Amino acid sequence: MARILRSPLGWILLLLLAAAALPWWVSAYILGVLTVSYYFGVFAMAWDLLFGFAGEVNFGPTFLIGLGAYTAGILDNTMHWPILVCAASGALVATLGGLLLAVPALRLRGPYFGLVTLVAVLLLQNAIVIFAGVTGGEIGMNVADVLSIDAATNYWIGLGFMAVCGALLFGLSRSAIGLILQASGQDAIEAAALGFNVTKHKIAAFCVSALFSGLAGAMLVFYEGTASVDTVIDLAIVVQIIIAAVLGGRRTILGPAIGAILLVVGGEALRPLGQLNTFVVSAIALAVILFFPDGLLGHVLRRGERE
Amino acid sequence: MLALQILIDGFAISALYALGAVGFTLLFGVSGVLNLSHGAIVVVAALIGWAAASILGTYLGNLVGVLAALAAAYATYFAVVRPIQRSPAIPREETEIFVLTGTLLWSIMIQVGAAWWFTDNPVTIRPLIAGVVNIVGVRTPANEVMIAVLCWVVIGLLWLLVNRTRAGRALLAAAINPRGLVLLGFELDSIYLLVWTIYGVLAGIAGVLLASFLGVGTNNIGQLTASAFSIVVMGGLGSVSGSLVAAFVVGYLETLTAYLVAPTLRPVPALLLLVLVVYVRPQGLLGRR
Repeated sequence: MARILRSPLGWILLLLLAAAALPWWVSAYILGVLTVSYYFGVFAMAWDLLFGFAGEVNFGPTFLIGLGAYTAGILDNTMHWPILVCAASGALVATLGGLLLAVPALRLRGPYFGLVTLVAVLLLQNAIVIFAGVTGGEIGMNVADVLSIDAATNYWIGLGFMAVCGALLFGLSRSAIGLILQASGQDAIEAAALGFNVTKHKIAAFCVSALFSGLAGAMLVFYEGTASVDTVIDLAIVVQIIIAAVLGGRRTILGPAIGAILLVVGGEALRPLGQLNTFVVSAIALAVILFFPDGLLGHVLRRGERE
Repeated sequence: MLALQILIDGFAISALYALGAVGFTLLFGVSGVLNLSHGAIVVVAALIGWAAASILGTYLGNLVGVLAALAAAYATYFAVVRPIQRSPAIPREETEIFVLTGTLLWSIMIQVGAAWWFTDNPVTIRPLIAGVVNIVGVRTPANEVMIAVLCWVVIGLLWLLVNRTRAGRALLAAAINPRGLVLLGFELDSIYLLVWTIYGVLAGIAGVLLASFLGVGTNNIGQLTASAFSIVVMGGLGSVSGSLVAAFVVGYLETLTAYLVAPTLRPVPALLLLVLVVYVRPQGLLGRR
């Protein structure tokens, strides 16, 4: 027992077990909030792979999420394939979209790259309104199938999904590829001089990020039973993902997931404040950025290193 | 007839876009800050100008609105941007992304705060001058003409300030080589303060004029920031003349689409053109590398 408490992995497993036991303790409403926050956690982790490691500011995570979500939803409504096939196709389309976006966009640096990804979101948003016949336009689209109607089952699926994605992304970030990405993010010229193909690695990182974003987007659609611009594409979602990643601690992969959960749960807990809850959440996030720029997990880790 | 209508309406909207984008690009050129709370500051001017106009009358109200934008710009600089730039915990190469995230959060705070304090409905300030003028057969509100003229007067004054005064030349120098300027004995802090002042006034004027032309509300904040950002990137980050050209390209493209294709598609061609420009010529139309 003492050994488990001393290793970080042990802590994570204990936390996951505790989280998995929640359906026996709390109401379906809280489970619903947490389930959404787990999918957000995957969005934020996928974004952190690009930002924290590859050093690219992607303002378009919802371009990838939206592609996955809408592809899965449309396929489900028109082809009536099983949910898993639809979700996988959504992830595939998101990856292709990410590739299409990344190959030319990565020629650009810093703010220009950010802008192109931002424009991609705005264009997707417009495209969905233009093709309202298939996509439901601004109102949104109902999908024929849902993952489950039981809150606890949905909760476990969400938790398991986040755990698996987190493990994969974390493993990737700690592998040689993750190190090369980190090097190219911090000093692209030096990384290239050491013989690493910086562009190839960054495109790979973008595709991996797109794959997980798209898959999570598709899963979210099958959990909620609807896809709409407001829930998977709107710029407000982009802002939430970025805040979650910076709040939790960039370059830690697991931190952004924690940040996302805190953000969603915090927003829900502050709901009695009405409109002002967004104000309070943003103010807290801004304070974290100003005073603990490493984020929550980054701050803890850094203090651990110092001791 | 329709062509003239498009020409006149497009000119007014383009002039407003230009005014909004010039401050944004100047700020980036001189201090390297991409201020994502731009739209929020513009809307602050509109909302406070609107509220003050009902008490103090239109002229004084507009003035109060501009002053409010100036105060909001100072608040952005002192509460958000400067602490981030000076924080020892933020690595230098990551300052940019932190400024982007910080100003974005600040923008949301202003948006939600203003919606709660005032209203989230669009507000319209009473026109400064009433009446209609007839331009070659097109009946145009006199206010629209005045807005276009006023925008160009302000931009002209800005040009004089930057090119013909000592402080303005220091601004230009800071855009080219800040270190050299420091070596010559200029205080960078006071130059940054000056550029934020100019920025605040420009954003304020753009805000009150926008409110009297089309009406704006807190829900437009994101769109306003995005359009200023795209215009500035299209014209070349930091290039004032490039922003002017890009503002007119975007303004006319949007007006043409709205009149000839469909009002719902208004932003689409401009966005596509922006993507094209960024791919083919990443430094923008008139940008330096």
